[in-house]
Amino acid sequence: MEKDKRNHLIRLFVAIAAVYIFITILEFTLRPTSIIFTVLRKGAIYSLVAVSMNLLNGFTGLFSLGQAGFMLLGAYTYAIFTMPLAVKQSERVYRYYECIVPFDTGVFIGLVAAGLVAAFFAFLIGLPVLRLKSDYLAIATLGFAEIIRAIFQWDVLGPLTNGANLLREFKDLSRITIPFTDIPFPPTLFVFIVVGICILLIVLLINSSYGRAFKAIRDDETAAEAMGINLFRHKELSFVISSFFAGVSGALLAMFQYTVQAQQFRTVLTYEILLIVVIGGIGSISGSCIASFLYIALSEWWLRGLDMGTFLGIDAPNLFRSGFRRLVFSLIIMVIVLFFSRGIMGDKELSYERLRNGIRRISNRRRRPE
Amino acid sequence: MADFFHQNLSYFLSGISVGGQYALIAIGYTMVYGILRLINFAHGDVFMCAGLMMVYFSSSMPFVLSIPAVLILTVLLGFVIERVAYKPLRSAPRMSVMISAIGVSYLLQNAALYFTGGLAKVYPEIPVLSRSVQIWGASTRVVTLITPVLTVVLVVLLTLLIKHTKIGMAMRAVSRDFETSQLMGIKINRVISMTFMLGSLLAAIASFLYFTNYASVTPTSGSMPGLKAFVAAVFGGIGSIPGAVIGAFIIGICENIIKGGASIFGIPGSGWTTFSDAFTFAFLIIVLIVRPTGLFGEKSVDKV
Amino acid sequence: MSALLELENVTMQFGGVVAVNDLSLHVDQGEIIALIGPNGAGKTTAFNCITGVYEPTNGRISFDGKTIIVNHPSGKMKRTYAGNKAVLFSSEKTIDPTPDEITKLGIARTFQNIRLFRSMNVFDNVLTAMHLRAKANIFASVLRLDYKEERAMRAETEKLLKEQGLWEHRYEKAVSLPYGFQRRLEIARALATKPRLLLLDEPAAGMNPQETLELAGFIKEIKNRYNLTVFMIEHHMDLVMGISDRVYVLDFGSLIAEGTPEMIQKNQRVIDAYLGVSKDV
Repeated sequence: MEKDKRNHLIRLFVAIAAVYIFITILEFTLRPTSIIFTVLRKGAIYSLVAVSMNLLNGFTGLFSLGQAGFMLLGAYTYAIFTMPLAVKQSERVYRYYECIVPFDTGVFIGLVAAGLVAAFFAFLIGLPVLRLKSDYLAIATLGFAEIIRAIFQWDVLGPLTNGANLLREFKDLSRITIPFTDIPFPPTLFVFIVVGICILLIVLLINSSYGRAFKAIRDDETAAEAMGINLFRHKELSFVISSFFAGVSGALLAMFQYTVQAQQFRTVLTYEILLIVVIGGIGSISGSCIASFLYIALSEWWLRGLDMGTFLGIDAPNLFRSGFRRLVFSLIIMVIVLFFSRGIMGDKELSYERLRNGIRRISNRRRRPE
Repeated sequence: MADFFHQNLSYFLSGISVGGQYALIAIGYTMVYGILRLINFAHGDVFMCAGLMMVYFSSSMPFVLSIPAVLILTVLLGFVIERVAYKPLRSAPRMSVMISAIGVSYLLQNAALYFTGGLAKVYPEIPVLSRSVQIWGASTRVVTLITPVLTVVLVVLLTLLIKHTKIGMAMRAVSRDFETSQLMGIKINRVISMTFMLGSLLAAIASFLYFTNYASVTPTSGSMPGLKAFVAAVFGGIGSIPGAVIGAFIIGICENIIKGGASIFGIPGSGWTTFSDAFTFAFLIIVLIVRPTGLFGEKSVDKV
Repeated sequence: MSALLELENVTMQFGGVVAVNDLSLHVDQGEIIALIGPNGAGKTTAFNCITGVYEPTNGRISFDGKTIIVNHPSGKMKRTYAGNKAVLFSSEKTIDPTPDEITKLGIARTFQNIRLFRSMNVFDNVLTAMHLRAKANIFASVLRLDYKEERAMRAETEKLLKEQGLWEHRYEKAVSLPYGFQRRLEIARALATKPRLLLLDEPAAGMNPQETLELAGFIKEIKNRYNLTVFMIEHHMDLVMGISDRVYVLDFGSLIAEGTPEMIQKNQRVIDAYLGVSKDV
C-alpha cells in the first residue's frame, strides 16, 4: 500500500510536469492569438473556481451560489490594486471620477489581496448564515452576489470602482513580467502556475485533518458534531477558503479579459460553474478540472459554429443563430443532471489505474463482436 | 408622517401593486418548498416564460383567446418541469434536486434567449389593465389598483382550497410528513403536480400584472422578481402562504419607496435606486439573523 | 466514589410534549450504568440532552463536578412548562454548549441508528474523530507542518483499530461492513475522541443472542482497558442484567425505578411498565 502510494505520487508528479512542459512548448511554437491559448487559459481559470466551489459543495456539503460575487470582488480588487498610479490619476480610465486609491502594487500582492477581500466578505456573510440550514446559504449567497454587483456599479463609489464603467490598463496578462526582469511572462504558463498552486493547496487541504473534518460534516452533521467537530467553525473555514480561491480566480479572469465590469459577473456565471462541477462529478477535483476544459473548449471553440450559422458543414443560418449553442448546452446539462448525475468522475479522482482499467474495458467491448 | 405618506403616495400605490405581484409568485415558491423542501429556482423563469408567451400570442390572436392560452400553457409548463426534472430525482439527495432546478432555470433562460434573439420584447397593452386613472391626485394605472384586490381574492380562494378540499387536505398532509402521507395512501405525485400547477397558474396571473407595468420582457426578467418573491417567502416563514403574502407586500412597498426618492442618510433617493434590488437581499440577511424561521415559520427539531 | 455525571431535575419539553420529566440520576466513576424503559420512554432524548443536541427545558447537568449545562424555562415555555422544579435553577445563568464542546469535555457517544461517515473508509472514520485533539491550525495542516501530529494520530488509529479487531477492514468503506462491525466501528470512533464517559445508545440493537454476549464482553473489556465509565441505553435484558452495576428505568419520561439489576428484576412497577415484553425480564 505504501509503495502503491509512492508510485501514485511519482506518476502524478510526472503527469503534472508533462503538462507544464507541454504548455511551455506551446507558448514558444504557436502564434499567441491561437484559440488554443484562449481555451487553455479560460479553462484553467474556470478549473480553479470550479474546484473552489467543489470544496464547498462537494467536500463540505454546503450549497453556496455566491461564486460570481466573490469573483467580482477578486477581479475589482486586483484591477484597482495593480492599476499603475499614473493611469489612475489620468483621464484614461477614471474619466468621470477622481480615483481615491493612492497606491499601486505588483501582481502577486494584487492576487493575494483579491483572495483576501473575497474571503473577508465571505467571513461576514458566513457569520449569520452558516448557523442556519444550508438552503438559506444558497439563497443568501445568491442574494449577496446580486447586492455586490449593484454596489460596485453605484455612483457614490465611483471614485473607487469607476461606477458602471470599465476598468482596464491594470496588470493584465499582456503586462506581466518575469520577476526582477523586463521579459514578458508567457501568459498561459502564468495562469497555469497560479491555478496549479491554488489547486495544489486545495488538494492538500482536502487531504489534511481539516479536510477530513469537512467530509465528516458533509457525510453526517450530527455525527461530526458528536465527534467534537465544531460545525460552525469548520463550515466558516471552508466557506472563507473557497471564497478566497474564487477571488483569486476572479482576479485571473480580469487578467485574462483585460477589462473588468460588474455586469460580467451575473448569476448565470455561478450557474455555469455549478454545472461544470456537476458535469465533472461532485466531490472530484480532477473531474472539475476536466469538465472545465471540456466546457470551455466546447463553448469557445468546437461548438462555435452553432452560433455562427454553420456547424459540421451544415449551413442553416435560421437554426444556428446566436444563442443556439447555449440552448444545446443547457439541454446537455439537463441530460447529465437527470441521467448521469454522478458526472464524469463521480466522487473519484483520476488516476493511472483508473485510466488503464477504463481503456481496457473499452477495448474489450470492441473486441467482443469478433 | 402624513406628509411623508402624501408625498410618497404614488410609490405606496405602486409598492402595494408590485407587492401583490410578488405575492402571487411567492406562493408558488412557498408551496413547493413546503412540500418538497426544494427551492424551485426555475419558478421565476416560468413566470418569465408566461410573459414571453403573451408577447407572441397577442400578436396573432385576440386577448380573449391569448389570456386563457397563456394560463393553460404556463400550467402545463409547470407540470412538465416537475415531471421531467424533479420527479426522477425524488429519492436523490436534496442537492441534486436543487441543481436540477438550477439547470431548468438555465435552460428556460437560454431557450428564451434563443427565441427572442436576446432582444427585449414589448409587452402588449392589455386594454383594461393599462388604462390610467386618478386617485387622490396621483395618476396611476388600473393594474396598480386591481393587483392588490386580485391578490387578496386569489389568496382567499387558495386558502379555501387548501382548507376544505380533498386535494388541499392531501397537500397539508404531505407538507407535514412526506413518508407517512404516502403510507396513508395519498397519491404523492398527484399532490406535487397539483402544487406545481397551482404555483404556475398564479405566476402566469402575476405575469399579466407585472409586465403590464414594466412593458417589456427579456430572458432574465424572471430572475429578479423570482428571487424577491423567494425572499418574501422566507421572510413570511417558508411554507406559510399568508406569511409569503405579507412578506411580499412589505418588500414591494419598501422597494418602491427606496426607488421613489425619499432621501435617506443625506443621499437623495436617486442615489439609492441601484439599491432597490440590493435592498431585498440586505433585508433577507437581516431576517435570517433576527428570525431565521420567518414571521410565521415553525421551528423544526431534527430527529437524532 | 464521586459522581462523574450528574443530572438534576432535567426536563425536556417539546411544546406540550414532555419527553423527559424531572429526571435526576448520577453515574459514578468506573461504573457501567444502564438506562432502560419501553419505547418512547425518553431515553434517547435524555442522551441528547446530555450531549448537547437538545437544550433541556429545565435542570442542571454536571460532569466531573463541573456544571456543564443549566437551563430553566423562559419566554413562552415559562407559561406552558409542565414541571414545578423550575425555580431551583432560575437564578443560575443558562449554559448551553454545542455537542462538540461536550465531546471535548470527555463525553463520547454512539447513535441508535448507526451514523458513520458514509463516504470514508474504516480507517478515516476513526482518524477523523481525532481531529478534535489536533492542535495544528489550518495553515500548518495544509502545508503539512503538522506531520508529526498527523503521524501520531495515524499510529493511534492503527492501535485502536487493531485492538477492536477492525484492522483487516481498514480500507473498506465503513457502510459496507457487516452490521456488527459497524457497531464496533462506531464505538471505536467514539473511543478515538478519548472520552472518560462513553454513552452507548442501544449498542445491541439488531444483534442475535450470541453477538449480544460478545458485545457484553467487549464493553467490559474496553471499559477496563480505557478506564471508562459507561452509560448505556439498552433493550436486551441479558446484556443489561449481565454487565451493569446499576439500572435506571424510565417510563413516559419519568424515572420509575433505580437499583441493582436484581432489585430491578423484582420491582413491580418495572414489570408493569414492561408488561408487553415482560418475558424478556
